[in-house]
Amino acid sequence: MNAIKKLGMLVLLLAVPAMANASGAAVHLDKAPINLQDQASLQRGAKLFTSRCLACHSASYMRYNRLNDIGMDEAQIKKDLELPDDVKTGSTMQAAMDANSAKLAYGVAPPDLSVIARSRSADWLYTYMRSFYVDTSRTSGWNNTVFPAVGMPFVLADLQGEQALETEQHESHDVKKLILKTPGAMSTADYDKTVGDLTNYLVFMSEPSQLVRQKLGWFVLAFLSVFLVLIYALKKEIWKDIH
Amino acid sequence: MMNLLTKLLGWVDERFPLTSTWKAHASEYYAPKNFNFWYFFGGLALLVLVIQIVSGIFLTMNYKPDALFAFASVEYIMRDVQWGWLLRYIHSTGASMFFIVIYLHMFRGLMYGSYRKPRELLWIIGMIIYLALMGEAFMGYLLPWGQMSFWGAQVIVNLFSSVPFVGPDLAILIRGDFVVSDITLNRFFALHVVAIPLILVLIIVAHLVALHEVGSNNPDGIEIKKNKGPDGHPVDGIPFFPYMVVKDAVAAVAFLIVFAAIIFFGPDMGGYFLEYNNFVPANPMKTPEHIAPVWYFTPYYAILRAVPPLFGSQFPGVVAMGVATVIFFALPWLDRGQVKSIRYRGPIYKAFLAAFVVSFVGLGYLGLMPATELYTWISRVLAVVYFAFFFLMPWYTKIDKCKPEPDRLTSK
Amino acid sequence: MTDTVDHSKRNMLLAATAAAGGVVAAGAGAPFVLSLMPSERAKAAGAPVEVDISTIEPGAMISIEWQGKPVWIVRRTPEMLKELNTHDSDLVDPTSSVPQQPEYCNNATRSIKPEYLVVLGVCTHLGCSPTFRPEVSPTDLGANWDGGWFCPCHGSRFDLAARVFKGVPAPTNLIIPPHKYLSDTRLLVGDDGKEFRA
Repeated sequence: MNAIKKLGMLVLLLAVPAMANASGAAVHLDKAPINLQDQASLQRGAKLFTSRCLACHSASYMRYNRLNDIGMDEAQIKKDLELPDDVKTGSTMQAAMDANSAKLAYGVAPPDLSVIARSRSADWLYTYMRSFYVDTSRTSGWNNTVFPAVGMPFVLADLQGEQALETEQHESHDVKKLILKTPGAMSTADYDKTVGDLTNYLVFMSEPSQLVRQKLGWFVLAFLSVFLVLIYALKKEIWKDIH
Repeated sequence: MMNLLTKLLGWVDERFPLTSTWKAHASEYYAPKNFNFWYFFGGLALLVLVIQIVSGIFLTMNYKPDALFAFASVEYIMRDVQWGWLLRYIHSTGASMFFIVIYLHMFRGLMYGSYRKPRELLWIIGMIIYLALMGEAFMGYLLPWGQMSFWGAQVIVNLFSSVPFVGPDLAILIRGDFVVSDITLNRFFALHVVAIPLILVLIIVAHLVALHEVGSNNPDGIEIKKNKGPDGHPVDGIPFFPYMVVKDAVAAVAFLIVFAAIIFFGPDMGGYFLEYNNFVPANPMKTPEHIAPVWYFTPYYAILRAVPPLFGSQFPGVVAMGVATVIFFALPWLDRGQVKSIRYRGPIYKAFLAAFVVSFVGLGYLGLMPATELYTWISRVLAVVYFAFFFLMPWYTKIDKCKPEPDRLTSK
Repeated sequence: MTDTVDHSKRNMLLAATAAAGGVVAAGAGAPFVLSLMPSERAKAAGAPVEVDISTIEPGAMISIEWQGKPVWIVRRTPEMLKELNTHDSDLVDPTSSVPQQPEYCNNATRSIKPEYLVVLGVCTHLGCSPTFRPEVSPTDLGANWDGGWFCPCHGSRFDLAARVFKGVPAPTNLIIPPHKYLSDTRLLVGDDGKEFRA
């Protein structure tokens, strides 16, 4: 019996590190400040998303009226996001630019961003949008430390300013660092906060149901636990017959 | 009222073996009374099967098996269909839970010798279920039509093309095209939702019929039927209904708590149940940097990668992988031990079983990792351990010093 | 063996477990049943539709799609309107007493502005879409025909206020959907600002 238990434990113990070790990222990623309860942040992110990203990227699985879930009513969605009259709040978020002309302009079709936070991760997005630097060897004039040879030009440059990638000499090795050369309209702290809002929104958009999912989860677990106690008591009672 | 019901039952019984079936398989089916933790997983597998079938039916109502619309229809289910996200997470979590439960169920069989005479056929039917389940999972994984779906199918189907002579044609036959395409998706959908589930249900019924014919094994590995009381029932047995039913119900609720915790708080399980790259629509022009099968296939995948190409062909690796899967069928004839249960086995069997578990889990882990040189070498060592467990079994089970089996079950 | 069993306790536990199990089953079943209700996409397709009515010729009809169903807008001529009260005795419900229309259309012409009739083009019999037959006394429909709709499936007849005639299978007048005028030429179908049917 003991040997069996030990074996069982061994299986579990071996399984745990396998679970903990996700994909090893080559680039260091900053932790994104994700808080899906912060509706103000999500709404700021939604506005930034529709005004900046939606020019080229679509979010074709996301309906505008889903923003109800983060506290925006119909009128607010229409007004704050400056929806054109012919776009209904029930429609999905389509890019202003069509995919073919975007492909001609940037070499790649801008990907749909509906579930980008699920494929790329929040930390990646947060770091990516803060890691553009001027690179004159690129046709767009921009490069990115997280996404080398990125096709997208830096559309938030007016906010962050222009960074350059510089090499710092150390004794043993050289370290490449991003240095802000020309400041933009925002301080670094404000810009980080703005990108944090945008990332927060992208995380929400990647799975709008996660808000209700987690709330409902506690209720389900609580009820099932009560059920477990009851059914265990019943089992004990019925098994009194067995000697 | 009761009288009327009794009459109705009598009417039915004259035309259908209702009461006798109930007696034979529940109220007078005697199961050993010392079932422990490891005996929960057969019943749980049945529960997961029902969950998968029901959630699958409802997903089918909204899913579109078309390369142009498949990915979008999954997101449609996740966002637009009322409670669709829950249905989808139940199904995707259920797939992984199915394999967890089945692996533990199979491990129980290894520990207590449940495959030994007279349960050889029961074990073989179980193995067929396992293979069908692998097919079911593999084809189901193509349906979301994400990058991992596509490239996973691409790689696995290409394994068949390494078969000598007929390989390339075989791969084309499976895909119905020269690459994994809309046609492949469409036929995998048909197999996933109709053909394999039908087969699964039939062979699971056969599994249960075979089980109830020979009777359940138990942690002591002795036959309770050999020791019958004056009433003709095994003295160490208790009726399946209500005792085992209520016991299994406790396990089912405990299991549902784990299941719900995953669904509601971590349905992608850190990328193992739902892989991150599968949230990118399938793109036949671009392979993701790192692809790995879903976790439940990775032990075999690691074996495949561990075998170096011979004579310029991947075929030996494919054969090794295939043998690793089907070798379980031979277990009843490989094991020459005098006892069934690990409780009375000697140290050698215990050591081999422990080594096998380590190799299986280790290979599963390595199959998820990129194939570096170090990892490949570890995989080779573990693969040798994996096969040694089976191929050396006739020898080490024979020389192992077993303890005597008891006449009666030892603990309740 | 059964002497030690406390039957009342056992029965109580059984009842409690059964009740809790029932709640679990209902809770688990509800999402499945609810998933059969219209999705967000269906609701978005059912959103109110804006129509420009300035281009409709007098006496003509246009058909638009709302909630996946045809909605007809007819610009009735003065002659057509005049005919409306000439055949009340042939109608099942000439005064529209059955609530097949919003309050504001419960009048002689079944419309907000007499000139424009807005009506859901689905027969109240079995859901076919009737044919618009504005001509007077055509040979196939008889001399009494003042213009209206004829359902090809089972022969139901409606007048130009979409009221059903006696002696045909359709039981009630056609449905007038909620609608309102945004301006003289723009009509919103599906939303009257009073009740929104999602």
